Amino acid sequence: MKVLAAMSGGVDSAVAAARAVDAGHEVVGVHLALARDPATLRSGARGCCSVEDARDARRAADVLGIPFYVWDLAERFERDVVADFVTEYAAGRTPNPCVRCNERIKFSALLDKAMALGFDAVCTGHYARIAVDPGGARSLHRAVDAGKDQSYVLAVLTPQRLRHAIFPLGDTVKVDVRREAAARGLRVAAKPDSHDICFVPNGDTKSWLGQRLGRRPGPVLDADGQVVGEHDGAFAYTVGQRHGLRLGRPAADGRPRYVLEVRPATDTVVVGPRGALEADLLEARGVTWCGPAADRGDPVGVQVRAHGEEFAGVVETLRSPDAGSAGPARPGGGLLRVRLDRPVRAAAPGQTLALYAGTRVLGSGTLTAARASAGTGR
Amino acid sequence: MVGWAPRARPRLAGMTAYLDHAATTPMLPEALAAMTEELARAGNASSLHTSGRRARRVVEESREQLAAAVGAGPSEVVFTAGGTEGDNLAVKGLYWARHGADTRRRRVLVSAVEHHAILDPVEWLAKHEGAEVEWLPVDGVGRVDREATRAAIERDPRSVALVTVMWANNEVGTVQPVEDIAEIAHRYGVPVHSDAVQALGQLPLDLAATTVDCLTLSAHKVGGPIGTGALVARRGLDLVPVLHGGGQERGVRSGTLDTPAVRAFAVAADLAADRQPQIAARLAALRDELVVAVLAAVPDAVLRGDPDRDGRLPGNAHFTFPGCEGDSLLYLLDARGVECSTGSACQAGVPQPSHVLLAMGVDPDAARGALRFSLGWPSTEADVAAVAEAIGPAVERARRAGLASGTTVPAVVATP
Repeated sequence: MKVLAAMSGGVDSAVAAARAVDAGHEVVGVHLALARDPATLRSGARGCCSVEDARDARRAADVLGIPFYVWDLAERFERDVVADFVTEYAAGRTPNPCVRCNERIKFSALLDKAMALGFDAVCTGHYARIAVDPGGARSLHRAVDAGKDQSYVLAVLTPQRLRHAIFPLGDTVKVDVRREAAARGLRVAAKPDSHDICFVPNGDTKSWLGQRLGRRPGPVLDADGQVVGEHDGAFAYTVGQRHGLRLGRPAADGRPRYVLEVRPATDTVVVGPRGALEADLLEARGVTWCGPAADRGDPVGVQVRAHGEEFAGVVETLRSPDAGSAGPARPGGGLLRVRLDRPVRAAAPGQTLALYAGTRVLGSGTLTAARASAGTGR
Repeated sequence: MVGWAPRARPRLAGMTAYLDHAATTPMLPEALAAMTEELARAGNASSLHTSGRRARRVVEESREQLAAAVGAGPSEVVFTAGGTEGDNLAVKGLYWARHGADTRRRRVLVSAVEHHAILDPVEWLAKHEGAEVEWLPVDGVGRVDREATRAAIERDPRSVALVTVMWANNEVGTVQPVEDIAEIAHRYGVPVHSDAVQALGQLPLDLAATTVDCLTLSAHKVGGPIGTGALVARRGLDLVPVLHGGGQERGVRSGTLDTPAVRAFAVAADLAADRQPQIAARLAALRDELVVAVLAAVPDAVLRGDPDRDGRLPGNAHFTFPGCEGDSLLYLLDARGVECSTGSACQAGVPQPSHVLLAMGVDPDAARGALRFSLGWPSTEADVAAVAEAIGPAVERARRAGLASGTTVPAVVATP
């Protein structure tokens, strides 16, 4: 096969590309330039699209003896990931830009371009597994390394996309990947992992958003509507957040307060006790499936944040998504409601809700509501 | 799992057609022989003993040989470590000297289509040294507007520190009216620098026959080694050094001279100048064939630069391919054994829309589909044939890729 290896400059994608070469594929390495001015994104060893990272990727490709190119997807990235991120926060939601990037850049813009150029598949260093059943059907599974598992951010992939994806690292734990990188003579063997959002230079999302959205002060209210503080922009707050609230008056019960809700229309942040964050009824829209869709009544595992805990639950309501939901714009249909056996804390609208059956990823949607089935609710 | 060795994947395409001579061209065998011979000897040209004197003699003979090749005097040659250094020395050295002598001279007149080795020093002077940059506009083929240049000078001649206009453009190959501009500038006592890196060996260069004050040259564009060049600066032209140290090169450019490289440069420049008429005629004929072949395979491709063959570098053919991205074309051609360039690249290797094309009025979307083929002394009919065969399918595929990834469709970027 002709395989395009997406190479970020990190150790994972380098070893993934090496394994694709070993598997006998004809491999071409491509580094995605996602920012017009790569130097501005540089911050320590973090981020994933700096000049140094491009160089590291190029050196890894040299060592593997494969051709290497840099492709400019900055415009698409700005439009489909960065602008979306800002819009979502401005609307009081908590987006996951890595999910958007996989959905709209790596396995959309990049994959489409690769296919048009004559490639058969795109290979990445994601920690996830693809299983192929005897009938040839593919399914996406959690990685063997539970700590590194990235199936959550890939849960947006449709069967059409999965057919052209290769994840060579899903059966390996990270320490072995590093060891293998060193044995292969890849200089990135000890390069630190990237953690933060790659386009937020120093990990300070709050001030980055502030620069883009400006100062929009408003009140912080408690659950009874009493003003308990002020803020410089509701967009900087995330459901479940405890720190940085700058509340003047302590709560009546003296317990810490958490962000319960962000209301961007009125520039209002609502805070309350920890218990009010718990929800066992989750609703998602824009649901897509990695394989066959789940059915009403199916027991499922539910995960609402990257590397978050999986909660057992059951599918309550389901309306199928529009047919052929592979496009970059997730259709509005595809409504899902799940009831969890025990509540999850601080599930915020905008987060990706991924569904599992055992290790298998069923699909995902964007969380629109989270509430408690009994008691106060919110 | 241990024991991996770097794997070299043999090129499937067999022969490579190299059409990127404007980036660098192979060393001439004579230059290579001279350089390796010299590398086997020791001697610092600044030393006073026998070995030093021997090296010095090689350097001075090389200086004379290079000077003769470009119609200059030996004392007018300042050896540098390449074109970028020569450009920096010319732009900064002239600015500091002229501004130092008269602080009213702050304006730097510079063509909008210069190489980054000129653009960036000029912008640096503006940012750090109080220079005022004026960009000289170009027409649709990339030629600097003489009248605009005249007007810019005449508006206030006493405030102009220098004018810099390249001899011929590295991307689209357009030959610039440098001599006309020098003639105008000299009426007002304004010095003119020209980056002639692309011109050496392709066009006749005769400093004695022009009024240009200094020329930047680079060895590796004419079959000499990479990392060597020269600034040919007219006698009496005041230049403040960029590199300070041992006082070599009349104190204008300190640093131990690279005797082997200097010798190889002189040998290459001598041969290039000697053969220039024949090489230029041969390359222009090949280039014309290439243009015909590309336009036959891709009828809507647009030849950029001067359509008049005398108005452009003989080895240059530059196109934009509607609906394509340069990086897709590069990959597809490379995979078919055809090596060329988009004409511009940033450090991360991303092809940005070229400032040259934008200055010519090409719209940014069209500029993304730019490709430069540049011929050099080893080029043959086979290279042109390889392009003729590969370009059609490559463009067709690149168009599909452009549509598929949505990157060539004008995008509406949401700005929050």
